[in-house]
Amino acid sequence: MTPDHTFDAVATAVAAHQHLPGALMPILHAVQDALGHIPADAVPSIAKALNLSTAEVHGVVTYYHHFRSAPAGRQVVQICRAESCQSMGGEQLWAHACVRLGLHGDHPGTTPDGAVTLEPVYCLGLCASSPAMVVDAKLHARMNIQKFDRLVAQAGSAA
Amino acid sequence: MIIYVPCDSAALAVGADEVALAVQAEADRRGLAIELRRNSSRGLFWLEPLVEVVTPAGRIAFGPVAEEDVASLFDAAWGASHPLHLGRPEDMPFLQKQERLTFARMGITRPLSLADYEAHEGFAGLRKALQLSPAEVVQQVLDSGLRGRGGAAFPAGIKWKTVAAAQAAQKYIVCNADEGDSGTYSDRMTMEGDPFMLIEGMAIAAVATGATQGYVYIRSEYPHAVATMRSAIELATAAGFLGEQMLGSAHSFHLHVRMAAGAYVCGEETAMLESLEGKRGIVRAKPPLPALSGLFGKPTVINNVITLASVPIILARGAAFYRNYGVGRSHGTLPIQLAGNILHGGLVEKAFGVTLRELMYDFGGGSASGRPIKAVQVGGPLGAYVPESQWDIPLDYEAYAAVGAVVGHGGIVVHDDRANMARLARYAMEFCAIESCGKCTPCRIGSTRGVEVIDRIRDGENRPQQVQLLRDLCDTMVHGSLCAMGGMTPFPVLSALNHYPQDFGLPV
Ligand SMILES: Cc1cc2nc3c(=O)[nH]c(=O)nc-3n(C[C@H](O)[C@H](O)[C@H](O)COP(=O)(O)O)c2cc1C
Ligand code: SF4
Ligand code: FES
Repeated sequence: MTPDHTFDAVATAVAAHQHLPGALMPILHAVQDALGHIPADAVPSIAKALNLSTAEVHGVVTYYHHFRSAPAGRQVVQICRAESCQSMGGEQLWAHACVRLGLHGDHPGTTPDGAVTLEPVYCLGLCASSPAMVVDAKLHARMNIQKFDRLVAQAGSAA
Repeated sequence: MIIYVPCDSAALAVGADEVALAVQAEADRRGLAIELRRNSSRGLFWLEPLVEVVTPAGRIAFGPVAEEDVASLFDAAWGASHPLHLGRPEDMPFLQKQERLTFARMGITRPLSLADYEAHEGFAGLRKALQLSPAEVVQQVLDSGLRGRGGAAFPAGIKWKTVAAAQAAQKYIVCNADEGDSGTYSDRMTMEGDPFMLIEGMAIAAVATGATQGYVYIRSEYPHAVATMRSAIELATAAGFLGEQMLGSAHSFHLHVRMAAGAYVCGEETAMLESLEGKRGIVRAKPPLPALSGLFGKPTVINNVITLASVPIILARGAAFYRNYGVGRSHGTLPIQLAGNILHGGLVEKAFGVTLRELMYDFGGGSASGRPIKAVQVGGPLGAYVPESQWDIPLDYEAYAAVGAVVGHGGIVVHDDRANMARLARYAMEFCAIESCGKCTPCRIGSTRGVEVIDRIRDGENRPQQVQLLRDLCDTMVHGSLCAMGGMTPFPVLSALNHYPQDFGLPV
């Protein structure tokens, strides 16, 4: 991502939302929607536009699980690890994903080749059809290991 | 021929869009003219995608329909001979036994059709409210006995009355749509499936209190709900149900959607206000009450989605109608969400007083795995695990409190006999450690210590002492936490320990 890109995305987000009461969250969402994450060099200009300190904006970005400070992999996989999904084998699905992608269950992150980012989520509201997950913003419920391997590009081949 | 395919997230997650495409393609291939409609879900999630066709005998359901089934459904002329034929939805026992007041339209109407909404009693409550004085509207809500459905069960009318009486140039209505509890989805269904109902409830709250601005704070895990609410607000505003001089009255109400960002504690009302103001979601000390000094320091009504969505029918049919449902001081109905290891998972709206056993067996059909049910967590991650000896207690805020359990937002997560309750207790502490806002020590540090102590108990290290330590720690969390995050995490932990000691390596 070039800094120009960042600059444009921030300028657009700020212009669209600056006038709102409590504008910071809408601006951060807009930047992340545009760039896939909130780059560190976006923070000072957001802070300046809202008359906040850089530390305040940084504090908000890092407080919320949804905001990323670094780019994600080409595919983003989120597996629900909350109770309802646990009761239907969600943890086995999580463990399978970690093994298949070669990631560590406690701090999964992105595969070294940048192909897949794996993240936990805590409930998707699909608890009557657990276990559930998201692949690139598309929801999947009544999951199982075979379905996982079909949906996650790299998972079927890696071992 | 009119064919309905739901657009609820839970239907999409099992292929509803693909089925809808296949239905249209197959109809085109056969040269049949069909009208494909995307309705909300009836909440019978084990049958999704639940496809319905309109016939002279009413709507006839088929499900769960996969893409591969579509050709054969046309071959069978959508008749009773097809193996997926379910008959009329309203004849199905799962629906027949319910008392759907708030969810009456669910699965029947199209979420963004104002015409469908109005044809099914939509905006009757708001029209009624506009004929009454604000004080009379508040009185209706007070008289209905409606209590907050977000967890704390505080009477909605009292909150409204406080805000109505407050003197301020600006007041707000904030809808808490953060729905972070595992096992809950009734807020999501409402926003995706019947968004005008929530809008109507919030507009009535505005009329009652004099608020002119409103926010719906929706969790980022619900992008479909965010999109549907935004569209619904635009449509309702364009049609005069929101905005300046609603329906030609003297009342104005402007409604906005705000997306949260994945912090469970932002469901706590004051943390939510901080987040709406553009800050980290750290819990505020009370007082001041949000009703007097809430969003941007102004008087604010904060209610859960279902609380607000219950208001239109109360206004339309009268407080007494609603109040007559329920038991004790728990009036009305609750949209209960069956989840987890359950054969027939879905939305059951029932008057208070129904038992867990009825819910899990008569509605839910027992476990999905076919194995014995061992434990049920009611009321989300801060709710107690309820053992079989308590499954016949009527669902009632006070009766649950008497056994150390909570009704909460009405989520019911079923676990079969393979569940290890010490592991689930550990998870409760871990979740608290991940989601703590960090303001108070018992919650921030205590939860991490709790994970360690439970690990030692499971490993059999000095077990009796460690169990005592866990109890002391829970006691500190209950009494020393500012909000229910730290204050109620001990509920699942201690209920697991007390009712399932064997899973902690302790004698029964
Ligand atoms: C940690 C925590 C999370 C909460 N999450 C939610 C939530 O997601 N939705 C909700 O309506 N209430 C939630 N609550 C309860 C709210 O603080 C508040 O009581 C509620 O929004 C008030 O609305 P009601 O009176 O209509 O229930 C939560 C409370 C705590 C302590
Ligand atoms: S109990 Fe936990 S979540 Fe609640 S205010 Fe204290 S630290 Fe924050
Ligand atoms: S617990 Fe996984 S979707 Fe709700």
